[in-house]
Amino acid sequence: MSDQINDSRRQFLSKAAIAGSVTIAPGVFLHQTAQAKPDEKAVTSATRWGMLIDTDKCSKGCTDCVDACNQEHALTGFDRPETDAQYIRKVSLVEKQTGHEISLPLMCQHCEKPPCVDVCPTGASMKREDGIVLVDKHICIGCRYCMMACPYKARSFVHETIENQTLSAPRGKGTVESCTMCTHRVDKDGIPACVEACTDENHNAMTFGDLNDPESTISKELKKHGGKQIRADLQLNTGVRYQGL
Amino acid sequence: MKKIEYTRIKGHSLAYYGLLAGLGFIILLGLLATWYMEHNGHYVTGMSNQIVWGMPHVFAIFLIVAASGALNVASIASVFGKKIYDPLSRLSALLSIALLAGGLVVLLLDLGRPDRLIVAITTYNFKSIFAWNIILYTGFFAIVGAYIWMMMDHNMHKYKKKVGLTAFVWRLILTTGTGSIFGFLVARSAYDAALMAPMFIIMSFAFGLAIFILVLMAAYNWTGRELGDAVIARLRSLLGVFVAAVLYFTAVYHLTNLYITEHHGVEQFILRDGGIYTNLFWFGQVLIGGLLPLALIYAPGVKTCRKTLALISTMIIVGGMCQIYVIVIGGQAYPMELFPGYEVSSTFFDGMVNSYSPTLPEIILGLSGMAVSILLVSFAIKALSFLPTSLADSIADPHAAK
Ligand code: SF4
Ligand code: SF4
Repeated sequence: MSDQINDSRRQFLSKAAIAGSVTIAPGVFLHQTAQAKPDEKAVTSATRWGMLIDTDKCSKGCTDCVDACNQEHALTGFDRPETDAQYIRKVSLVEKQTGHEISLPLMCQHCEKPPCVDVCPTGASMKREDGIVLVDKHICIGCRYCMMACPYKARSFVHETIENQTLSAPRGKGTVESCTMCTHRVDKDGIPACVEACTDENHNAMTFGDLNDPESTISKELKKHGGKQIRADLQLNTGVRYQGL
Repeated sequence: MKKIEYTRIKGHSLAYYGLLAGLGFIILLGLLATWYMEHNGHYVTGMSNQIVWGMPHVFAIFLIVAASGALNVASIASVFGKKIYDPLSRLSALLSIALLAGGLVVLLLDLGRPDRLIVAITTYNFKSIFAWNIILYTGFFAIVGAYIWMMMDHNMHKYKKKVGLTAFVWRLILTTGTGSIFGFLVARSAYDAALMAPMFIIMSFAFGLAIFILVLMAAYNWTGRELGDAVIARLRSLLGVFVAAVLYFTAVYHLTNLYITEHHGVEQFILRDGGIYTNLFWFGQVLIGGLLPLALIYAPGVKTCRKTLALISTMIIVGGMCQIYVIVIGGQAYPMELFPGYEVSSTFFDGMVNSYSPTLPEIILGLSGMAVSILLVSFAIKALSFLPTSLADSIADPHAAK
């Protein structure tokens, strides 16, 4: 009984918190992010979070990363593929010349020079000091200019009223969103949900880590075997790199 | 040249009130459409995560581009000293403000969060061309508003020329800014061209003048005021030059793109394989919006025919809408090339031509923006003396009348 009460109380609180974080002034949000990570560790440019994807280990039909992301951010579909949000998607490639097949996950590439940030009129689309690119849902006016500008089609617009949101990843109708590299986990020393799922299922196709730290697994691996950027010609210096492309 | 006398229109007739009521009704429908789209969310529109800008943007951009062009007539009079256009300056300035207002209303009402208008005008990211545009638009209202004041107030006449010049420069920058909205989208091959901004300026000349001619003829016809052949002939030949310039720029634009190997795909798409976009390009933009009007403008025998001129202007507007549709929607429909050399597929429509069919609410919202513009003009010419009492040849152009 008391459990039940607690439960519904918790639900109410979390709902209230979501409502608050969506509608109240930006200050509230800042306060929340500040709380979300340990106080002694500020977000600084000493770190640059990145991801490395080994396409050789990524198998065609597998959607473990996508499922994990959808669950983590409560991206419930409405059976409308054209408007449903997708932070991460599986892309299948067949080389025209050779027929060689590649499968890979594609999400926000967390560009160092993000076009989405450059074009955003209000500054809602922004890059954190640690390289993670986010949308501040409090000042996004829903103009979708960032979606026009992103070379990777990484962003989704919330096309309908959202229910059953999670507290850690609030969403709002009429604003734009994309992969957050799971800041809510990373700020608590965790790893993104997609990487965790891929590793847990023993595919090990995704590595997450600090690109600025020469001792991190990702940096060592990149140094040894390299990693390609998608559309490197645009010189955006993406935080997500690919092997086997 | 005789002194031009300006008077307000009476605006007592049933037809005038009928016009206002009709426009008001369209605007009301537009608001309902907005409510419907915002209440449900944008999934009820044709827009999606693939085609993120749709019909409202086609209307809005058309109106904003035309707004700057509508000011041309005033600029030619004040900056280039062509006297015959002088009596038309007030209407020209008024129309440009009204068109801009109409376009911005549509743009605003299509936002995901139109309620955050305050955020949009108080929080700026100065790197964003979009933010600069907001400043350019606001400035345009202020400068052209001042310009109208200078023209109407005899004590201020001496500043007219300077303010007129400022307005002229400002609106060139403004249209460059609008064109650059696309120019900055390096990721999409359809927009990756430096020619985008100048092309928008040329387009604005043609679209703005076409609307100006229609409004002028309607206003004079409906109020029974005299509008002489001299003015009509001038506007008509000016229109011819602008339409030819748009065609020329379109040709140069596509020819340059054909030189750049990267752009072959998107060029083939627009010019040959794009289905609806190819049709809109050749039949809408080139034929209806360019070749036919041009032929009619220079056709013998209909030089002073008002009906033909109205038809020509309407065709230019239709062609212009097609052109913007091809740029805005066609540019998004063509898939982004992420993996050259590969066939691409995904759950997110990668590697596919994206489809879009505009829904009724989007079209109504766009039309209501046009209604806002016309309503503003109708109001203003009743409230203030924008229109010369007569534009008969003897008054507007005594030399030609001789
Ligand atoms: S991938 Fe797209 S959304 Fe992500 S940072 Fe780059 S431009 Fe922005
Ligand atoms: S949709 Fe939001 S985040 Fe994107 S450019 Fe517009 S205001 Fe910025």
